[in-house]
Amino acid sequence: MTAQHAPAQHELLRFLTCGSVDDGKSTLIGRLLYDSQLIFEDTLAAIARDSRKHGTTGEDIDLALLVDGLEAERQQGITIDVAYRFFATPRRSFIVADTPGHEQYTRNMATGASGASLAVILIDARKGVLTQTRRHSYICSLLGIRDIVVAVNKIDLVNFSEETFDRIVGDYVTFAAGLGFRSVMPIPMSARFGDNVTIRSGNTPWYHGPTLVQHLEEVDVSQDLGARPFRFPVQWVNRPNLDFRGFAGTIASGRIAPGDQVVVAASGKPTRIARIVTADGDLDAAEAGQAVTLTLTDEVDVARGDVLVRAAERPAVADQFAGHLLWMDEEAMLPGRSYLMRIGNIWTPCSVTSIRHRVDVNTLEEHAARRLSLNEIGFCNFSAGQAVPLDPYAENRATGAFILVDRFTNRTAGAGMVAFPLRRASNIHHEHFTVDKAARAALTGNRPMVLWFTGLSGSGKSTIANIVEQALHQAGRATYALDGDNIRHGLCRDLGFTAEDRVENIRRVGEVAKLMLDAGMVVLCSFISPFRAERRMVRDLLAPGDFVEVFVDTPIEACIARDPKGLYARAQAGEIRNFTGIDSPYEPPENAELHIPTAGRTPEDCAAEVLDRLRAAGVAV
Amino acid sequence: MTSPMPTTKLPPHLARLEAESIAIIREVAASFRKPVMLYSIGKDSGVMLHLALKAFAPGKPPFPLMHIDTTWKFREMIAFRDAIAKQVGMELLVHTNQDGLARGINPIASGSALHTQVMKTEALKQALDLHGFDAAFGGARRDEEKSRAKERIFSFRGPGHSWDPRAQRPELWNLFNTRIRDGESIRVFPLSNWTEHDVWDYVLAEDLPVVPLYFAKPRPVVKRAGTWIMVDDARLPLEPGETPEMRMVRFRTLGCYPLSGAVESTAATLPEIIAEMRAAKTSERQGRLIDSDEEASMEKKKREGYF
Repeated sequence: MTAQHAPAQHELLRFLTCGSVDDGKSTLIGRLLYDSQLIFEDTLAAIARDSRKHGTTGEDIDLALLVDGLEAERQQGITIDVAYRFFATPRRSFIVADTPGHEQYTRNMATGASGASLAVILIDARKGVLTQTRRHSYICSLLGIRDIVVAVNKIDLVNFSEETFDRIVGDYVTFAAGLGFRSVMPIPMSARFGDNVTIRSGNTPWYHGPTLVQHLEEVDVSQDLGARPFRFPVQWVNRPNLDFRGFAGTIASGRIAPGDQVVVAASGKPTRIARIVTADGDLDAAEAGQAVTLTLTDEVDVARGDVLVRAAERPAVADQFAGHLLWMDEEAMLPGRSYLMRIGNIWTPCSVTSIRHRVDVNTLEEHAARRLSLNEIGFCNFSAGQAVPLDPYAENRATGAFILVDRFTNRTAGAGMVAFPLRRASNIHHEHFTVDKAARAALTGNRPMVLWFTGLSGSGKSTIANIVEQALHQAGRATYALDGDNIRHGLCRDLGFTAEDRVENIRRVGEVAKLMLDAGMVVLCSFISPFRAERRMVRDLLAPGDFVEVFVDTPIEACIARDPKGLYARAQAGEIRNFTGIDSPYEPPENAELHIPTAGRTPEDCAAEVLDRLRAAGVAV
Repeated sequence: MTSPMPTTKLPPHLARLEAESIAIIREVAASFRKPVMLYSIGKDSGVMLHLALKAFAPGKPPFPLMHIDTTWKFREMIAFRDAIAKQVGMELLVHTNQDGLARGINPIASGSALHTQVMKTEALKQALDLHGFDAAFGGARRDEEKSRAKERIFSFRGPGHSWDPRAQRPELWNLFNTRIRDGESIRVFPLSNWTEHDVWDYVLAEDLPVVPLYFAKPRPVVKRAGTWIMVDDARLPLEPGETPEMRMVRFRTLGCYPLSGAVESTAATLPEIIAEMRAAKTSERQGRLIDSDEEASMEKKKREGYF
């Protein structure tokens, strides 16, 4: 298996291995590298040394140690991250995504699966098809893997029994029938001893199929992306001088040639391909997978994020869609909370409007859910900040895959797969009225804005807001006050105080405040609004400058001492749950427009400071 | 470095790796305020630079090159570096940790660990801070070393260039998360999915220039700790009774000359190097003295800010 010089048609196959340490996954990869003679003597010497220190195979070399990279993992004897391994045969180069198998590492497995076109699913011959086998197969299916190898490992420990093998294969095929796999290849093997990995085993004379490596070399995993509709997500506009304006990117699917007519997916503006530019000269044609620079015959408006397509094959362009979401962050996903979505080369705010159901990754049963926690998968409706070109993930990953990023930590929090656009996105258009916010404001002489008072319960938000409103009213300003307690008696009386309900409460209040702002009023909102994400969401709903965050900063001790409604006493007694500051967090603003510390001051004094700042900002009071 | 005429068609696996790397390099130009490409003169840096030139043709890459010079590189490396920078017409920044130099840190008296820490890791952090770079390309590959096998293509660094292997962002599809806050940065590895074989095959296919030290030639060397160290200048103190001898040697990886072990070889052309590599029984990093200091030493160095 020593690789000769790479022949002209040498290809690259990316696959992932799924299974836990107990299944011998790391050992299998170690075996592949070992048998393909990619283990160098110095590496082997280091492994032999480590085997005595961390190994689980006694005096033998523990091949699993070849692949468990990070120190923490080796000490714990588990694989917690995705590792990429490389080996080659004379026919193909391989990139292996080595992913952990336990349920708490579903996100890592999905990460590995997102870049793979085949999966090797390990099954311990002594145990057969287990819950985790189902989980691994489902995640592979969800991420679009269509070709599967079922590696029935440790066949030596069941005496190379054909009957055992046949039973496991039968169980698997029955179970996997609904997962949409194109090929399933079961192979009996022993990773530890090498049976049917690279060398046909003399111990399984009843097995007539290929060895694992033989199959990996021969399997056809082509997706024929070139035959699919043309999609070219513009990555970078190349303008080295005034005479050249090219659009750089990688062709996601389809083919293109100079002279072909294309349209900008979002705007529908038509143009033609003038040249296909590369550093190695212009091309007569290009297809999926090639990184090129296209020039166009017309001066159409094209920027990073736009997708060039053919007019007859335009994708849906929608700001609402349904799809699967795998949650990958420690902090749970709450419907209504705003995240940043990256789809193609577009970044836009996005929130889940509802979770249609959560999928139990072990049983594939569907359950109702109000949030998605780490490693949970849901089928959700999404609402994005702008209309984006979309294809179902199964048809096109470039326009069907997306990630959600936490707006505060910037962590990659979710991985999504578009199922279909929602029709209502294309049916609901904004009506444009000639009398607008500016016209209404001019009539009253108002500077419309939203004053958002946030702070702990009992911090004095409503009291201060009340004094501010009186002053504004006396000065002839049109005002309206929205208050947490009042809103919860009507508009939001169906909501409680869980994190999910708090998010929805603030979302509704934000929308109402937006309507009142549009009506030309100064809107005073007094809400505990404990989460930064929701205050940010309301801020993003409004034009810059229209949202003024007022942090009423009263220490929790003072609020407890004051306790005007007796709520703290009840919360501390355990009678009220999810009470902010007691058993539910308050995230103080980081960059509030107004920070009002209240300690040692009267509400009138605090209100005067708010009014002073409003005057300074040009609001006549 | 980019030839004006279309080169021979690349085999499919190299064409795919090339396209993937070009996309990564473009992504950085599109997403970051001030990127820089670390250029360490070796074959991997050469391939990465060539890919950058391809990514932005007919324009130039919209970022400078930067070399962290420990002052202990082979003389032929420095000559090669300056010639390449001139040829490609990109700005080349060279940074040396002057404080370390003043303290007399060197690979011989200070030992490889301290020298690497001060003259490479600290120097790199100084240079990134000095220029305010928010993204830095490096030529590291996942196949080089175990802790690199789990490295992201876009690798997040917190304030102070810290790297936390347990808090890496999941990386799905090619949807890279490029979002950072002030004081944070990203290290980007466009060659993540290339192997040593791929790099040499590509150098051959694209006819890229490489430092002559990769080719075998009689060179003055001394045997130390089981490997051949080249006497590149008078700064290498000879031990009593030690005299340099001329041996036919070459280098599989290049770094500071007192820390780079040569291998005896007769491979004097690219095809001979490739043939020798395919028959090799030791990994390329074996000649690097800095990796063997302790178990998991690369992971430790990376946490401290090493590339």
